[in-house]
Parts: sequence; C-alpha cells; structure tokens
Amino acid sequence: MSVNQQAHTGPPYGQPQPGYQGYQQPAYGGQSLPGVPQAQYGAYNGPMPGYQQPVPPQGSLRAPPTSGAPPPASGASHPSGPLAYSQFEHGDVQNGIPASAAPVQRPPASQPFLPGSAPTPVIQQYGAPPASVQQLRNHMAGMTIGSTAASAPPPAGLGYASVPPVSGSFSATGSGLYTPYSASQGPPLTSVSQGLPLAQPPLPAQTISTQRPPTQVPGFTPPPPSTGVGPSSYPPTTGAPRPPAMPGPPLPGQTVAAPPSSQPNHVSSPPPPSTMAGLHPGPPMSGLHGPPPPTHPPQPGYPMQQNGSFGQMRGPQPNYGGAYPGAPNYGSPPGPPPPPKRLDPDSIPSPIQVIEDDRNNRGSEPFVTGVRGQVPPLVTTNFLVKDQGNASPRYIRCTSYNIPCTSDMAKQSQVPLAAVIKPLATLPPEETLPYLVDHGESGPVRCNRCKAYMCPFMQFIEGGRRFQCCFCSCVTEVPPHYFQHLDHTGKRVDFYDRPELSLGSYEFLATVDYCKNNKFPSPPAFIFMIDVSYNAVKSGLVRLICEELKSLLDYLPREGNMEESAIRVGFVTYNKVLHFYNVKSSLAQPQMMVVSDVADMFVPLLDGFLVNVNESRTVIASLLDQIPEMFADTRETETVFAPVIQAGLEALKAAECAGKLFIFHTSLPIAEAPGKLKNRDDRKLINTDKEKTLFQPQTSFYNNLAKDCVAQGCCVDLFLFPNQYLDVATLGVVPYQTGGSIYKYAYFQLETDQYRFLNDLRRDVQKEVGFDAVMRVRTSTGIRATDFFGAFYMSNTTDVEMAGLDCDKTITVEFKHDDKLSEDSGALLQCALLYTSCAGQRRLRIHNLSLNCCTQLADLYRNCETDTLINYLAKFAYRGVLSSPVKTVRDALINQCAQILACYRKNCASPSSAGQLILPECMKLLPVYLNCVLKSDVLQPGPEVTTDDRAYIRQLVTSMDVAETNVFFYPRLLPLTKADVDSDSLPAAIRNSEERLSKGDIYLLENGLNIFVWVGVSVQQGLIQNLFGVSSFSQISNALSTLPVLENPFSKKVRSIVDMLQGQRSRYMKLIVVKQEDKLEMLFKHFLVEDKSLTGGASYVDFLCHMHKEIRQLLS
Amino acid sequence: MCLLLSFQSFCRAMATYLEFIQQNEERDGVRFSWNVWPSSRLEATRMVVPLACLLTPLKERLDLPPVQYEPVLCSRPTCKAVLNPLCQVDYRAKLWACNFCFQRNQFPPAYAGISEVNQPAELMPQFSTIEYIVQRGPQMPLIFLYVVDTCLEEEDLQALKESLQMSLSLLPHDALVGLITFGRMVQVHELSCEGISKSYVFRGTKDLTAKQIQDMLGLSRPAVPMQQGRSLQTPEQPVISSRFLQPVHKIDMNLTDLLGELQRDPWPVTQGKRPLRSTGVALSIAVGLLEGTFPNTGARIMLFTGGPPTQGPGMVVGDELKTPIRSWHDIEKDNARFMKKATKHYETLANRSAANGHCIDIYTCALDQTGLLEMKCCANLTGGHMVMGDSFNTSLFKQTFQRVFSKGYNGEFRMAFGANLDVKTSRELKIAGAIGPCISLNAKGPCVSENELGIGGTSQWKICSLDPSTTLAIYFEVVNQHNAPIPQGGRGAVQFVTQYQHSSTQRRIRVTTIARNWADAQTQLQHIEAAFDQEAAAVLMARLGVYRAESEEGPDVLRWLDRQLIRLCQKFGQYNKDDPISFRLSESFSLYPQFIFHLRRSPFLQVFNNSPDESSYYRHHFARQDLTQSLIMIQPILYAYSFHGPPEPVLLDSSSILPDRILLMDTFFQIVIYLGETIAQWQKAGYQDMPEYENFKHLLQAPLDDAQEILQTRFPMPRYVHTEHGGSQARFLLSKVNPSQTHNNLYAWGQESGAPILTDDVSLQVFMDHLKKLAVSSAS
Repeated sequence: MSVNQQAHTGPPYGQPQPGYQGYQQPAYGGQSLPGVPQAQYGAYNGPMPGYQQPVPPQGSLRAPPTSGAPPPASGASHPSGPLAYSQFEHGDVQNGIPASAAPVQRPPASQPFLPGSAPTPVIQQYGAPPASVQQLRNHMAGMTIGSTAASAPPPAGLGYASVPPVSGSFSATGSGLYTPYSASQGPPLTSVSQGLPLAQPPLPAQTISTQRPPTQVPGFTPPPPSTGVGPSSYPPTTGAPRPPAMPGPPLPGQTVAAPPSSQPNHVSSPPPPSTMAGLHPGPPMSGLHGPPPPTHPPQPGYPMQQNGSFGQMRGPQPNYGGAYPGAPNYGSPPGPPPPPKRLDPDSIPSPIQVIEDDRNNRGSEPFVTGVRGQVPPLVTTNFLVKDQGNASPRYIRCTSYNIPCTSDMAKQSQVPLAAVIKPLATLPPEETLPYLVDHGESGPVRCNRCKAYMCPFMQFIEGGRRFQCCFCSCVTEVPPHYFQHLDHTGKRVDFYDRPELSLGSYEFLATVDYCKNNKFPSPPAFIFMIDVSYNAVKSGLVRLICEELKSLLDYLPREGNMEESAIRVGFVTYNKVLHFYNVKSSLAQPQMMVVSDVADMFVPLLDGFLVNVNESRTVIASLLDQIPEMFADTRETETVFAPVIQAGLEALKAAECAGKLFIFHTSLPIAEAPGKLKNRDDRKLINTDKEKTLFQPQTSFYNNLAKDCVAQGCCVDLFLFPNQYLDVATLGVVPYQTGGSIYKYAYFQLETDQYRFLNDLRRDVQKEVGFDAVMRVRTSTGIRATDFFGAFYMSNTTDVEMAGLDCDKTITVEFKHDDKLSEDSGALLQCALLYTSCAGQRRLRIHNLSLNCCTQLADLYRNCETDTLINYLAKFAYRGVLSSPVKTVRDALINQCAQILACYRKNCASPSSAGQLILPECMKLLPVYLNCVLKSDVLQPGPEVTTDDRAYIRQLVTSMDVAETNVFFYPRLLPLTKADVDSDSLPAAIRNSEERLSKGDIYLLENGLNIFVWVGVSVQQGLIQNLFGVSSFSQISNALSTLPVLENPFSKKVRSIVDMLQGQRSRYMKLIVVKQEDKLEMLFKHFLVEDKSLTGGASYVDFLCHMHKEIRQLLS
Repeated sequence: MCLLLSFQSFCRAMATYLEFIQQNEERDGVRFSWNVWPSSRLEATRMVVPLACLLTPLKERLDLPPVQYEPVLCSRPTCKAVLNPLCQVDYRAKLWACNFCFQRNQFPPAYAGISEVNQPAELMPQFSTIEYIVQRGPQMPLIFLYVVDTCLEEEDLQALKESLQMSLSLLPHDALVGLITFGRMVQVHELSCEGISKSYVFRGTKDLTAKQIQDMLGLSRPAVPMQQGRSLQTPEQPVISSRFLQPVHKIDMNLTDLLGELQRDPWPVTQGKRPLRSTGVALSIAVGLLEGTFPNTGARIMLFTGGPPTQGPGMVVGDELKTPIRSWHDIEKDNARFMKKATKHYETLANRSAANGHCIDIYTCALDQTGLLEMKCCANLTGGHMVMGDSFNTSLFKQTFQRVFSKGYNGEFRMAFGANLDVKTSRELKIAGAIGPCISLNAKGPCVSENELGIGGTSQWKICSLDPSTTLAIYFEVVNQHNAPIPQGGRGAVQFVTQYQHSSTQRRIRVTTIARNWADAQTQLQHIEAAFDQEAAAVLMARLGVYRAESEEGPDVLRWLDRQLIRLCQKFGQYNKDDPISFRLSESFSLYPQFIFHLRRSPFLQVFNNSPDESSYYRHHFARQDLTQSLIMIQPILYAYSFHGPPEPVLLDSSSILPDRILLMDTFFQIVIYLGETIAQWQKAGYQDMPEYENFKHLLQAPLDDAQEILQTRFPMPRYVHTEHGGSQARFLLSKVNPSQTHNNLYAWGQESGAPILTDDVSLQVFMDHLKKLAVSSAS
C-alpha cells in the first residue's frame, strides 16, 4: 500500500520517506537489547531492580492491547514499542511495559486527573505521517472519532485523551513508524528486531513493511549480522525502488558513498542496487523523484548519481561532475559546463533530500518520548512531541542517543558525546508547557547524596518509603508528606498525578532556600540604556527607540494570566556621561540626573528610577518625548560603555532585584572611563598566530564586570549600530557571559533597518526570560558533564550561571566517561535550571533524558544526530579560535571527522574496496555540513568580512540551538517561482549551489540572519512586476529592505513565505534583494555553500574527496 | 600747619581724646590702641599692648560720595601709595611727594589745573578716607550659589525651601544663582533647561579635584578655541557657565518650582544611624564650580546644613548614632578621629575659594553640633557668614537669612566682594599681621615685619566678602631704633587701600590715610597714656587671645592674657611697691582690667559648657565685628527697668539682679529679658491686665521694645530669651554676670540685694585684688 500511496501522494517528496530514524529507533530499541532493555525499563518502573520481568508485566502489557485502543497515548508510543517486543519476548517487554503498562490500563481512570499532561498519546498525527494526505485525513478522522468514542473524554482535539483510540488507528495508519508498533503487537514484526534479527525482510506488516523495506541500506545490512540484532528493520526486501520512501530509513549505512551502481564495492551486496537507491543518496528513489521534486530535475542524473558514488571519485577526484551531463533540466546550468570527468554533485548526499525525507517520514506523527534512546526527528521536521518521561528534543538534543559503554569505544569512534540544551525553549501552542509542581515548604524532593531532583527514573522501594536515586544509587527516605503506596508493579499509585514522576520536563516551585540571601526575589527590572551621542541622534535612532518604547512597554513579559507585567522599567541615556531619569509617578515632569563620574559609577537616585509602567505612564511618555529633543543638538561623539553596564548593575543592586539591561550603543567607547577601548582592528593578523587576539577581549575589565553582573542577576542585551569597528569581541563579553544577546546593525539606516531592528527589539523585550539562573546537569554514574558551551558564566566546573536566560539561549554540554556504562541501565541526564521567572517567582525547571548505551560501535553510528553534532563541532571550533590559530582549529575539525568516519568504515561497514567512501547513514551529511562550518566567516573569512562580524558571529553561534546552526551553516534555498500560490506550503528547497539556480527564476535564501531574494536575469517580466512592482529587471532596486506590498497572488505568496520564515527565527532577518550578475551577487554567492567559495573554501565535492583521502589515510 | 594744630589738640585734656577717637572712627573706621605712638621699638614693646588698630574698611559713610576717577599712585613700584591729604604738594611744579617713601611724583595730565584753591578731593583733609570708582574690567554680576542639605526633617526642609524661595526676590535682579543639593549624593542642578529638570549627580564619598569637577560638569573649555581668538571665547564663557548659574530674573520661576519640588534625601536611614550627608563633597563641588566658571568674581556659596557631614572627605562623625560627635573633651584627649582630616579638607577648600575671591557662608541649624569646628575656616577665611540655629523653622534663621540681603541707607546691598586690603606704613612702622576674615596675599615688602601677630608676613590681605561692619585688627610694630629719634612733631602714617567689588558690581577703591603723632615714651609718657584707647586695646588684645586660642591650649592663653594685663598695670599703674591698696589706674586704663576679666570668662576663651561648634561660632563672630559689638561680646550690656526711674545700664554683676527689676541683657548672641522675682509674681498675678496697673504693663513692655530694636538690626539675629527669676533660662544671665555673690560669700554680703550665683568662679573683686597684688609686687 504504502508504496502506491506514496506514489500517489501529491506531496512530492513527502511520501517517500518513511523517516528512517523512526525506524531505527523502534528497531533499535527492540533490537538493541532485547534482554537488556527490559532491565532498563524495569529500573524505571520496577521498584526494585531485582524484580524483573516477571509475568505481571506482560500481563499488563497485554492488557492494553486487548483493551484495544487503550494503550493510551502515553502507552501508545512507548508502550507500543515495548509492547511489540514484549510479545515477542516476555522479559523485555515487561520492563518497558510495566511502566507504561500500568498506566495504560488505568488511563481511563487516571486520565481525567491529568488533562493532557503525562500521557500524550498521539492521535491525529499517527494518521498523518503515513502517506497521502487523503489518507491522513481519513486517519485523522478515524482517530479523532475513535478517540472520542473511546474513552478519551477530555482532549478531543489533541489527542491526549484520545490516546486510547490510538491503537486502532495505528494499525490503520501503518505508515508511520510508530504506528507499526503501536498498531499491533502483531505487526510490529517489522521492527522485529529481536525476534528475528536476521529475518529482516520478513514480513513487514503491510504498511510497515512497505515503507521500511526501502530503507535497507547496503552498508547496513552488514551490521545486522554481526549484531544479530539487526537493524533488520530495513529489509531490503522491499522493492528497491521503494527506497525512496525510505530515504531516511536506511539509517544503517547510508552509504553515501554508496557507490551507486557499483555494487561490487559494497559488500553488502544483498540489497545492492536497490539499496543504493534506497539509500538516501538523496536521489534515492529515482522513481519517486520524478513526481516529488519538481525542483530537481533529477532524472537522468539520478541513477548515475547513486552509482557515481565516491568510489570512483577517488581516482578521478579531480574530475567529478562529469557524471551528470544530462542536467538538461537545470534551467540554467551556470556557465561552466561541468568538466567531463567531474563527480556528479547529484550523486553525493544531499541535505535537501535528507531533510525532505525526514520531514515526510516523521513529520506526520508525534514524537513520543517514552522510549529510552530514541532519536528524534530532524530539527527541520515539524513534529509534535508527547512527553512521556523524557524531555522533548526541543529542550535537549544529543549528538548520539546511544552512548558507548566504555570510554575506549568513545575514543575510538571520536564521536563527541554532547547534549544541546535549551532549557526555556518555546513550545508550539499544541504542546503543553511544563507543569509547575509545588512540594510545599520543604521544597522539591531530592536525592540525599547527589541532590538530583525527583524524576520518572527514581525507583521507589520498600513499599514507597524510600527511593533509590537513578543517578547515584543512593537510597533516600521519602518525606512523609510525599509518601504514596506502590501498586503491584512497584509504581506509585499517584504516578499520573505527579508530573515529576511521569514527565520528562516539569518545574518545581523553589523554596526560600533556593533564593539569594534567603530572600524571595523581587520582580526583575528592565533598564533601557540609550546612547545619545552624535551618531545615534543623527541617524534617528534615538527618536526611533523612544517612539518604539512608548508602545513596547505595554508588552513586557508577564507570567501566565497576570494582568500586568511585574517587571519594572528604568531609563538611562548616555554619551560620555550617564543620564538617569527619575520617572516617579508623582512627578509632573521626569527629572534627569547626570552622573559624570564615570570612573566610579553609582546610581544617583533610589526610588523613581525603576517604576511600574502603568503607574508612571504619563511621566515615561513625557520622558520619551523629550529625550530626542534634549539631545537633538548634541555634538558629543565620544561614548563610554563599561560605566553604562556598571550603572545598570548598581541600579539593580540598589533595587535588590535581577533584571536585564537593554543597551543601544553606536561606537567604540574611547572616552576616558573604565573599560575604555582602543581601535585594534588589524586585518594583517588574519591567518597568523595572533589572529586569536582579534577574538579575545582587549582588556580583562569586562570579564570582571561580567562576573559581578552574573552575581547580581544582571543580564545585558546589546544592540549595536556601528559605522566602524567597535570591538564586538570586547563589548560582547558582558552580554555573552551574562546570558544576554547581541544584535548588530552595521551602517544602520533608518529607512532600511528600522523594521528589522524594531522587530528584534520587540521580540527581545517580549520573549520569555528567566533571571539569576543556575543550571546543573547531573548524569548517572559513568559519564559526567565536562565541558559547556554557550553564553554564560561558570565560577566552578559544574554550575552554569546565567544572569538571564531567554527562550532562545542554548547551552551545549559535552560528556565524558568516567566509568563504564551498562547497556541495561543506560545513561540518564537531568538538567536542573534554577531561575527567577519574570514575575519574580523562584523556580526549578527540570529536564530528564534517558539514553541507551551500547557495546557495538554500529549502534552508536546508527543513533547519531548529525545536526547536533555539527552544533557541537561548530561551538567547539569557535571556542578554539580564542586560543589556537584558525588553521589548527580547522585541521582539528577535519581530522576529527575523518576519524569518526574512518572508525565507522573500519568497524561497521562491510569490507569493500578502499576506494569507496562509505558513510554512516546518520552521518552522511557530516562532510557537507562540516565543510560549511569550515567555510564560515569565523574560520575562513573573506576580505569583506570585518573583524567585528567574525566576533559577532562567533558569539552568536555559541548560543545557537540545533535548528539555528543547521540553517546558519547550510542555508535554505527556496525557488520562489516554483511556489504553489494556492497552498500554504513552502516550495521544496534546493541545494545551495549556483548550478541549481535558473536564470529565469527567483530564489530565496535564508540562513537565520539574512534573507536574500535572488532574481535571475531572465525572469519573466510579469513575475518581476508582480513581486517588485517595477516593470523590468533593471528597475529592481538593490536597496529594498522589504518586498513591496502588492495585491497579487505571487506577491502575497512570497511575502507570506518571508513572514513565515521570519517567524521561525529568533532574529528578524535582513532582507537583501540580489540581482543576478549584480555586485551584490558576490555576497549572495558566499552562501551557496556547496560551491567553491571565493575565499578558498572547498566545494562540497572537493571537500568530500578530501575527506575521503583523509579517511583512507587513516585506514591505511 | 594743620599738623601742628592737631598736635596741639592732642595735648588738651583727655576728654578730647575720646572725641578724637570717636571722630576718627566715624570718619575713617579706624581705632588705634594707641593714638600717640611711642617713637622707638624698645618703648613700644614696653607698652605691652601692641600698636594696632581696628579697621572697618567699608564703614558706612553717608557723607562720602565716591569719586568717579582713579586714584593717583606713587610711581615707586614698591610703594604705590595713593595720593592723600598728607602728601606734600608742589602746585607749581605739579609734583607731589609720597609721604611713605618720599618719592616725588608727577601729577597725571588730568591734574593739570591743580592749585591751592583747586584741589582734588583726595588732597582735602576731610577726605582722609575717600572712595574711587574704577571703570576697568568687565562688570560681573554677583553670584549666589545655594548649597542645600536635604537630610532634614520635613518641617525644617519646608521652612528652608520657603526661605530660599523668598530670598530669590531679595537678590539683585541680574545676579546669577545656582543650586546644589546634597544628602547621600550631591546634585548640581542645571537651571537652564525647560521641561525636564536636569542635575549632575556626584557620589558623596569621593573627593574630586577641581579639574575633575569641571570636566564632569562639562565646564572645561574645549581645546580648540585658542586659534579662533579671544573674541570668540569671551562670548562663549557665559554660555558655558550659564547652565548652572542663571540670572535670577530669568529663572526665578523655574528655581522656585525646583526648590518647591525638592524632596528629602530619599535614601533610607536605618534606626540608630545618622543620615549620610556629603557636605564635604558638596562644598568641594561648589568651590570647584565657581572656580571653573567665575574666578575672581564676587560670589557667595551659601551652605545650608542640618547636621554633621557623615561621609566622604570632610566627614566629622560616623553615621552610627551611638558614637557621639566630638566634644572638647574628646579633642583634648586627642580622641576626635575625623577632626584633623576634615579640618584639612575644609581648609583646603576655604583657601581655594578665597584665592578665587569667593566666599562661603555657613547656615547650620540643628540641635546637635554640625561640624562648625571643622568647617569654620570656610567662613573665617573667606569672610562668609556663619549662622547657627536650632532649626530652619525658627525666626532666628529666617530673619538672619533675610538680613543677609538687607540694603543699606542708599539702597545698596550691604555686601561687597573680593576685597584686597593693602596697608602701607611710613618707614618707622612695619606691619606685623592682621586678624579678621581674611587671608594673606603674601605680599612681601619693606613694610612687613618679621614678627607676626595674627596673619602676618604680608602687607596685603584678601577679604572675599565684607559688609560695612566687617572689622579687621591690624597689628604694627614700631621699628624705629631708640637712638634714631624722630624729630619733634613727626608723625607716623598708615594708609589702607581697599579695592573691592561693590554690590552694584562696580570695582571701587577706598583709601584711608591716617597719621598719629610720635612721642618719646620717656619724656612724654603721659601723652601716650592719655591717648590710650582702652576699648580698642581690649578688643585688639582679645583678638590676639582668641587667635591664639585656636591653636594653643586654653590655660596658656589665659596665662598670657593675665601676664599682659599685669605688665600693663605695672607699667601704667600708680602704686607703691608691694602695696596693693595704693594701686591706681588712670582713667584711660580704668576699664581695661574689667574687660579682661570678662574676656577671661567669655566663651571665646572658655570652652567649658560650650561645644566645639559653639566655640567656633562665637569666635567667628568675634573676629569680624566692629569695636562696639566686640565689646558687647566681651562684656555684655545690662539694662535695668524698674519703677524707680528710667531704664538704666547697670553693672554686669549679680548684685544687679533684684526682685523688683526687669533686666535686659545683650550679649550680642543672646538677648535676655529677665523678670525679677517680684515682677514675675506680679506678672503671674496678672496685674498687667488690670487697667489700674497699666504702668506695670508698660514696664513689662519697655524692655521688649528695646529688645526688638536690637533684634531688628543685629546680624546674626540673637537668640531671644525671655525668662524670669528661677526660670531655667535664667542661666543665660547668671552665667554672664560677675559672681559677686555666690553661695560661698552670700552671708558676707548680706541678703539685701542681688542673687547668689552657684559658681566657684572668682568675682571681679577677687580678680582685681589679685591683680593689684601682682602688679605692685616687686617680685615679678
């Protein structure tokens, strides 16, 4: 079915991919440790480790199924997995199930209590993922109905409630990876893993089978045998053609390299050709392609590509390309006709394809977090998350969801173990915010020894009187008020009533012990500090800011449904001296107080500086009206900077609260004051050993200041409007270390940049933020958090301190082994964030995540997340430039990746000729992405990239999450002219190469900071007229910063796309219109990252060859 | 001729000396201790009381219209004396001889028409004091910079604000005003802007240099203008400074509002603490501000404070209430932690301010001390006022403050600024020093003595602010050697040249030239004796004593004073050796011992029962008041009102305290009305309300009226005490009168009159007895 359906499915790519990951996960789960896993599960639920798999569990398990739909949502996902297994194997199942099982049964009863909370079944989604829209709809319908009908009383819509129905639906859907499991105990086979390791191909349940089959990857196959476990899931069996669907699936060895045609290379002959195809090699399903990708005219090339694998390359590296002569489709193959021998770019792994595949395979179903070590969908995929005990990937993503048991293995593989944590991430409206748990006066229940917080993995023993810590194994008494009986599975009776027992993420209300000075904090304050030196005034910036603040102040973040924000505001302007304003509500006019003693900053007033917006509204308005007037004639060009921060800090100190400073600054602070800076920009240092000094602050003064700020909870957000060098590396120290943000608007022009700036400002002011935050990551015995990357300050080796932490800030944590891990117990992470909410409430946000452990390298490679890996590698490299020459950093990066891939080749791939490049399925994009990192402005600056830009980007990337790094390094390129004006979907992205651009089309490229609209020279006039409102190509203005609002479908569509993209990013992107063959095109081309860059960055193909060479060297 | 005449007049009866003295005082504002001068150094030293004078440079002269031209100066660069009536003039040659250096000078061209019958005013004897108006230089408006403490009680602050607002209407129309407020921080208010009120804020704990302050206030001029020439700079100057100092007429509304909105210092003061008050920094900024904007222009910094400085430079006491502010006891025990540093701070400020011709007034109102001891130099060295009260909400402060802006007979403010007093002497004399509200200008010259009395080593002093009653004591030394006799009829001359900025902002020069006869003390002692001005001498000696008391231990000063008195008595008394009963003093000396007796008991020399602040306050006023007021301070005046006759002055003696009298005592600082026992009882009985006893009512009213009269004119306004027999405030009276009756000798004197004083102090009688004994003793 699936196949057909897919084919049908209108949505081009969508169908084909059955989401590989999905597969794996389930598969792995199952496969990985049939026996083992159970134990793990057992641990959770089971009161005691000892208890084990006894029958009961099974019973329970089964029960659910019987019940039919029941296996509540919660169960749905997880359980489903387990269930499946369980059936096959008792023991295993039990563990997993018990946990889920118990709940499952109760669901009906219990659910009422928890609205949607814990068990988040996935209804609709199931259906969706599968194939065609229609089907989806059907499913949906069915689902919902079912749900309603079933028990699911409450949440008709989303499906929490709906859970029960799921089962039924699942089966139906079939398509979804999950579905299989859930669907039926029976069907699960697909996943099979355990039972039939070998029997991969077996019988995929109908739906399932179809989909999966394709997956088979040649590379992969091999592993199964060895492991026994068998990622069998990908039965190559299914028609090779299918693969398309599989794109993702092939996890196993996505042989990128997959020497296409040349089966020979691949040992894993079995699925050879087919596999090849299946592989994602982007093109995978040739057949598929046709339909789906309107964009690519893959046709001819495809087959070739696959085949044209790297293998060949090796020899002929120099000449690639040749392969795809055809390329007829490419409307505008750039001038350079590929040299004859060239390696066909279409034959190498395509990010676009991978993304599309994952989106199609996994975007339709909710990601249910109940199962340990599941790899989540890619960040580029839209999916819903159901929290069933592990934190959502929106909060935590790991480079690998299967951790090597020993440090030797880890070293061998060189795969960094890291988690990218975004503790306050924004959730889509469909998902529930973490529940706030109040444990009363005694505070959260914690382990006595390691102080870990109560979480779903804690094991209650002795009838519930004690619990054993899942992190350190210490046994702690359960406080009387927290006592609860256990049921026969060893689970607390109130399991579902308590988020901290059933969810991966939740919050505790902190007691006074968690507060500074043992006093509950006051509500935080925002202080706006505006540069009023000549440049700022003249550019109109001051007036703009003042105007904006008047309305913006009504949108300060507020907690929950509070009527007004608790945040107080204050205002400072400055040039060489600081001006504080008294805006006390009782005053008729604001009062200005000038402090010129910048050497020894202090706050000149006590009350009246920080005020409630509503109370002082008129005074504030009057002030904001007058500020631009007062400084209209200023001739002061010099500014100070450090004293400004000090002033804010002192003000917060005096008010005894945490808060945030919004500093709007225009120039290098050269006025006589602490923190005065020199212009030390020296491009001659680039590519020398001293290059690193450009990234280092020129004085340690700011580091000390940052430390003081952090101690007070004073977060600094910096908006820069430079017309020349202003030393971002130094000015950024405080914002960076206090968890703040930096925004930079070079050569700020009111007309073109104001909208962008205002949007950023609005977002920055309004976004959710916590103050005075301390984050600690606890891990179960065996691994330890050893290194941290991001915008924060650390005074010791474990606690990440942030004066402020907003919903966009991400911290990357690296783990190292300090002991052996066991496959049974897996590895656990608990990230605890103590912070003050915007209403001044002290809280703890807890995120828990369980990972699998493996003794086989293949498992590791099968459960990696390349996007996260890149996030880590980029941050690691960007920190490296502070202490090492850039070249060293680049070499180290290349070397590490080569080792990772070499290790895979050596240990996991089937033997094959050395000339063949074999990439793990999960990492087949590693080379292309890595190349993007290497080519980035920080590591390989072009002549037009300023020192400030590099420092800015360096700091920016350091707190980016995975989605942001992904698009930042590999920009999204959308053919606007291909957009379907009638649907609200985006046109399919294309690869970042000039070859893919057609003269007759208009493209949009976005990287999270900029949006380029590229217009080909021979675009139809009609399109130009529709989009730009001018009659010809030559009349298009380069200076456009927004697209004109025109009433025609195309314009609307494009603008809606732009708006949508803007909405997805934490910063408002700068829109630049680039005309083909125009000067600006150079800038644009810089972002075509698959091409050779002007600064010497390798093209994708070149780099792949280089990588291959490195790997071969390592192997030999 | 006229020399002879005046000499003859000297020789007349002593009564004429009183006239002469009075006449001279009225005309020249000068009182010499000796009006005939001993002609040699040796004799002069034997006179005990130094040759000195009290000079009131701007003594109000209704009959002295200033002349509208510049004085003619002696052309000798080291002399530069002003042409005066004592100069020899050769009308034909159009030459004049300087009477100090004997230089012969040409008259300037403008004097071409000069002749015996056509003399310029400065040559006429009645113009021994003459005032010139000088047209040079730009006229700068007067400047008033208010420095206001905001750490006050609400009520006090309110009162102060009202006083300040009121004062705006009293200021000269074009005067510049500025406002600095302080508490924990110091705020310099910018007065020029509309809309938002703007102020510069300074930390109260950090001492800043003048340069820093000027930089921070944006007063330092940009380096550029040099090339653009002066013309550009001058107009720019007012612009720069106008931000903080604005003409009253322009911004009085603004400033009134600003003052109205002034709030108490908002920083919380926890229990057991004093508010943090940054007086030191506030003053420093005020001084720095004026220094940068209007150097050498008349300006008043008016400090209003309600408590001691508690932080930063110049702090006098910590903020812990449990540590009391230093007392004399602490100071003697060297236990005043902050005193030295604070004093140094204020001294530096005072000197800077004085150097720029700005004066600092201190208005302090608090029940406890406020650090006047440390700050006194600010007022003392710059000629500023010092006013001490209990609260700003008292008429004492309000009226005193109002009186600062009072106007004289001709409608001009009774204040002058930036005076430069230059003293020239004929060669037999040298200048030993001056005591008064001035600082030395370190003008060395041939007429400067090596021996210093007071502020010496110079012939010029700067008096930053003065009013018509400001009086300096100037001490001279006779340097003529015994073996170089002065020819018969020779006269010594002294010329005082005071250049100052008149309140109308004119520059003026007042020149007073006086001459006195020399006499040989061996042959003409009676002349000298007869020409002794005991009042002036008492005040001059008192100034010396008080001056010494500032730096020496109290007992040493008293001993010195006693010794001087004894020596004087030995020299001028008539007695038989070792026979105290035979001791007599001539009339011109008769009151002198009594003055000294009261001086010894006065708060100027006695610190017992006074806080250091009070001592400083009393001494401050003593060092600047004219002779009459000074004498009142030394020996208060006591009037008696009774049915026995018209009001009469009575002895300042306990015997004057009688039941049926009302006493009115004026000590300068206090006006005490004391109802005798019987009178008090009558008043209680309400007789004054009965028509038949209207005379009693009048009796009660009489002293009140007289007191009012004094209260109306005196600056600072005295504390007004109305008390009665047995009243607690009667102590003011009892502590002043001569304790002729004490608990020790009460019975010996009989009970018939007076009131016993509970004291162990010696009475005048005892004092005199001792004095006589010592004076006649051959042992000493």
